[in-house]
Amino acid sequence: MNGSEFLFLLVGLKWTIFLSAIGFVCGSISGLGIALARTSGIRPLERGTAGYIALFQGTPLLMQLFVVYYGLALVGLKLDAWLSVAIGFTLHASAFLGEIWRGSIEAVPKGQTEAAKALSLGYVSRMRDVILPQAIKISLPATIGFLVQLIKGTSLAAIVGFTELARAGTIVSNQIFKPLLVFGAVGALYFLICWPLSLYGARLERRLAAASH
Amino acid sequence: MNYKFDFAPVIDGLPDLLWGCLGTLGLALAGMVLALVIGIGGVVLRDSPYRGLRWLVISFVELIRNTPFLVQIYFIFFALPLAGIRLDPTPTAIIALGVNGGAYAIEIIRGGVQSISKGQIEAGLALGLHKGQVFRLVVLKPALRAIFPSLTSQFILLTLTTSIASAISAYELTSVAQNIENNSFRSFEVYGVVTLLYLAMSWLMMRMFAQITARHFSYPVK
Repeated sequence: MNGSEFLFLLVGLKWTIFLSAIGFVCGSISGLGIALARTSGIRPLERGTAGYIALFQGTPLLMQLFVVYYGLALVGLKLDAWLSVAIGFTLHASAFLGEIWRGSIEAVPKGQTEAAKALSLGYVSRMRDVILPQAIKISLPATIGFLVQLIKGTSLAAIVGFTELARAGTIVSNQIFKPLLVFGAVGALYFLICWPLSLYGARLERRLAAASH
Repeated sequence: MNYKFDFAPVIDGLPDLLWGCLGTLGLALAGMVLALVIGIGGVVLRDSPYRGLRWLVISFVELIRNTPFLVQIYFIFFALPLAGIRLDPTPTAIIALGVNGGAYAIEIIRGGVQSISKGQIEAGLALGLHKGQVFRLVVLKPALRAIFPSLTSQFILLTLTTSIASAISAYELTSVAQNIENNSFRSFEVYGVVTLLYLAMSWLMMRMFAQITARHFSYPVK
């Protein structure tokens, strides 16, 4: 593997990070909406979002990407491959983050809500100033854990035909016939991004566990 | 939107798809068995007195958990022949699933083992059980109760992961779907129905495990 082939992998890596970032940011925004709807106390909203979450947690990410990819084309939207894939990851992330954050919101002691109500705070202020800041702290380890899952998941964009890190690896491997070297390097690049995040998540989890004892 | 849905290829392919479901479940089951073997072996090595062995297990777990399954399965797919092992895609996929699931199983099982207090192990030894018996009866069984929920959700995750094995054309639902799609170009219909099949499988598994938990792994001990 010479310099230009490695550079090709790095370009793939850039797309991997880009896809992960879009999926995570857009997924966070819609995931927050889902978590709030899931804990809203409004029956149809709770049921609907519960179904949405179950759908995404009960099917393979690869199928979700396929269905979104071909579904968008079917309704007449001619989108670039990266945009279709990014929408797929956003929907996927919104369901998983929505479920993680639902758990965190429910983990905030009920007395907090009652106290906020007693102070006659409205829903927005109650959530923004009282519940969510505490919930975010609780949810951080799991959220980072999911981010690692999402980064690894972006490799499936390769199967749909989008050239990110994993597919860049396949292309280079087909050119130079050294699959072990190439996929070893690709794996190492993923590891370099994911491992620090995992370590950070584990550290936060330990700290949170220590704080709650 | 003037697209006309055509489910005829999916309906014609339904028997194939159902066989594909069995392929998926078989792949997941075989992978899970291997994962459990690796998991138990890994936990024993992880807490061994030899530093090198402990370090090896820790690196294995971190390496597998921080790289994508797709890259792992490609790597194993190309590495096995170089090691002189020639296997069909399906057994190769089972090995890859077992290795991947094994890393997660090590962490889950270790959590269960750690939930057993040292006093119980000492009590077992004091009663004259030898080390193997203590591990089996005092550590493994109660630990199994503690980890059963995590292991079963890991099993469901592994079942969903099998769809990636289509990348090396192992026999399972997704590769069956890809064949039907290649012949009919009804991508959305095929993948939509297949997604529902996966949903049905994971839902059935969830219900089944919930039943088993309620019957065998709940307190008071039955």
